[in-house]
Amino acid sequence: MTTLASDSLVLARRRLAHIRLMPEKLLDVTLQPLMFVLLFSFVFGGAIHVTGGGYREYLIGGVLVQTLSFGLVGPAMSMATDIKEGILDRFRSLPMSRSAFLYGHLVAESLAAGLAMVIMVTSGLVVGWRIHTDFAHAVAAFGLLALIALVFVWLGTLLGVIVRSPDAVMGVAFVVIFPLTFVANAFVPVGGLPDGLRAVAEWNPISAMVAGVRTLFGNPTALPADGPWPLHHPVLSSVLYCLALLAVAIPLTMQRYRARTEG
Amino acid sequence: MKEHRGVVATGLGKRYDDLWALRDVDLEVPAGSVLGLLGHNGAGKTTAIKIFTTLLSPTTGSASVAGIDVTADPSAVREQIGVAGQEATVDGLLSGRANLEMIGRLYHLPRAEVRKRTDELLERLNLTQAADRLVRTYSGGMRRRLDLAASLVARPPVLFLDEPTTGLDPKGRSELWEFLGERIYAGATLVLTTQYLEEADRLADDIVVLDRGHVAATGSPAELKARIGGERIVVKVDQAADLERSAGAVDPFADGPPSLDAEAREVSVPTRPGTRLIEVVRALDAAGVDAVDLQRREPTLDDVFLALTDNDEGPALEVAA
Repeated sequence: MTTLASDSLVLARRRLAHIRLMPEKLLDVTLQPLMFVLLFSFVFGGAIHVTGGGYREYLIGGVLVQTLSFGLVGPAMSMATDIKEGILDRFRSLPMSRSAFLYGHLVAESLAAGLAMVIMVTSGLVVGWRIHTDFAHAVAAFGLLALIALVFVWLGTLLGVIVRSPDAVMGVAFVVIFPLTFVANAFVPVGGLPDGLRAVAEWNPISAMVAGVRTLFGNPTALPADGPWPLHHPVLSSVLYCLALLAVAIPLTMQRYRARTEG
Repeated sequence: MKEHRGVVATGLGKRYDDLWALRDVDLEVPAGSVLGLLGHNGAGKTTAIKIFTTLLSPTTGSASVAGIDVTADPSAVREQIGVAGQEATVDGLLSGRANLEMIGRLYHLPRAEVRKRTDELLERLNLTQAADRLVRTYSGGMRRRLDLAASLVARPPVLFLDEPTTGLDPKGRSELWEFLGERIYAGATLVLTTQYLEEADRLADDIVVLDRGHVAATGSPAELKARIGGERIVVKVDQAADLERSAGAVDPFADGPPSLDAEAREVSVPTRPGTRLIEVVRALDAAGVDAVDLQRREPTLDDVFLALTDNDEGPALEVAA
C-alpha cells in the first residue's frame, strides 16, 4: 500500500514537472482562466443585464464551471500522449504498483485544476465578485467546485484513453464541451434562449453545476420560475449529476485504460 | 529441472488473430551470458522481448526469467529485469537526470542510492554535460544512451535490449558496442535483439536466428559463421542469364556454395582467405561475364538466411507483419 502511494507520487511529480516545464500547459491552467474572467467581465459585463445583481456577480460562477470543464483537455492530452509515446511500456516493465500511473495522473491533474480554480477565484475577487454567504456555505461551494473539477479530470482521462491520438482531443473537446458550456446558463440566463435551446440548457448538467455554485456563493442565479426540477434544486442536482457522471466515467476509464495498456 | 537463473523459453508462441508472431520458440540463456536474437523486422524479436518483460502474455508455451515464470509472477520478474526498448522510452519533457531519478524511485531504491547511480550512469554513458537538459533536445544517440542508462539504474540481473543500435549513426553504434562489450556489470544476463549479424557476432556468446516467428538456427557466432563462411564476394550482372556463368567463374575462389539472387541479379559467395579482387575480375572476364559491380564484404543477415534456406527458393525473407 505504501509503495502504491509513493509510486503514485513519483508519477504525479512527473506530470507536474511537465506542466511546469511546458509553457503551453502552464498557460492552460494559469493565464487562460485569468483571461476568461477578465474577458467576460469587461467585454460582456456592460452588455448583459441580469436581474438581482451585477453581471460580474453572476458571471464568475459560470466562468468557474466553464473553465473547469475545458480543463478536461489537459488530462486527455497528457494521457493520450503517454499512451501513444510508449512510455507506458517502460513503466509497465518496472516493479511499481500497477495502478500508480493512473493515480499519479489523477493527482497531478487535480492539482492543476485546483491551481486554475485559485487563479479564477482570486481574479474574480479583483474584478469585484464577492461571496455573500456564510463560511459554511462558502466551504460547501468550494467543495462543489472541487467535485466538478474531479468530474472533468475523470472525463478528460476517459477521453484520453479512448482517442487514437492526442490530436483528436482538441476536436472532440471543441465539438462536445464548447457547445455544452454555451447552451447553458454559464453566461446568459436560460430564460432568454429560444424554446428548443432553452430545454437543452435547462437539463444541461453544466447549468445545474453553475446554478449550484452561484447559490452556495450567494450570487444572483437568474433562474426561471418555471424551470425543471434540477434548476429548482441546483445544489442537490449538481451533486447528483457529478456523482452520476463519475459513476459512468470511472469504470469506463478503468476498463479502456486496461484494454489500451495491456497486451 | 534445476532452477535456472538466466532466461528460458519453452515452446513459446504468440498469436495475433490468425498470424503467429512467434511459434514454438525454445531458447536458453545461461546466467551471465549474452544472447543475440537475430532477425529481420517482423521476425518476432520484439514479441519475444515483450513476453520476457511481462508486457505481453504468451499464447502457448512458457518463459522464465531469473528462475521466475513470467505469467505466474510477472511482478517478481519486473524486480529482476531492465529493459531498453526499440523506441527509446524516456520522457522527453523531463531532463535526463530527472528521467533516471524517476526510474530509480520506481524501482524503490533509497533516495541516496538513486542519486549516486544516476550520477554514475550519466558519467559512464557520456551524458553528464546534457544531464539537466530536457530530453526532447537530445539527439537520437543520446536518447538511446539514456534509455540504456534507465534500464541499468537498479542493476537488474537480467537485461533486455531491443535493437539497441537501430537508427544510430556509425559513431553512436560503435560507442554503444564498446559499452556493451564491457559486459555492463559482472554476472548480468543480457538478451539483445539485432538485425546486424556483425553486432550479434561482436557482442553475443550465443545467437538465435528468428525467421517469421520460428527459430531458424541456433549456435555460437563461430558455429554460425562456419555455416555461412566468412568474407564474401558479390558479383552483380546485367542479365539474369549471366548468373550461372558468374557463379562458375568465381568457383575457384569459393569457400562454400554460392548464393544466387535472381531478382537482384547478384551472385554472392564466401571466399577463401587471401583472395585478390583482381584475380576475380580476370576470371569473370575470361568467362565472358559482363559484371556491373563487384564487391567484397562481411556476411550479413541476408547471407545467413540464404545459407540456411534452399537457394532455389530465393531469399526466405518475406516480412510477416
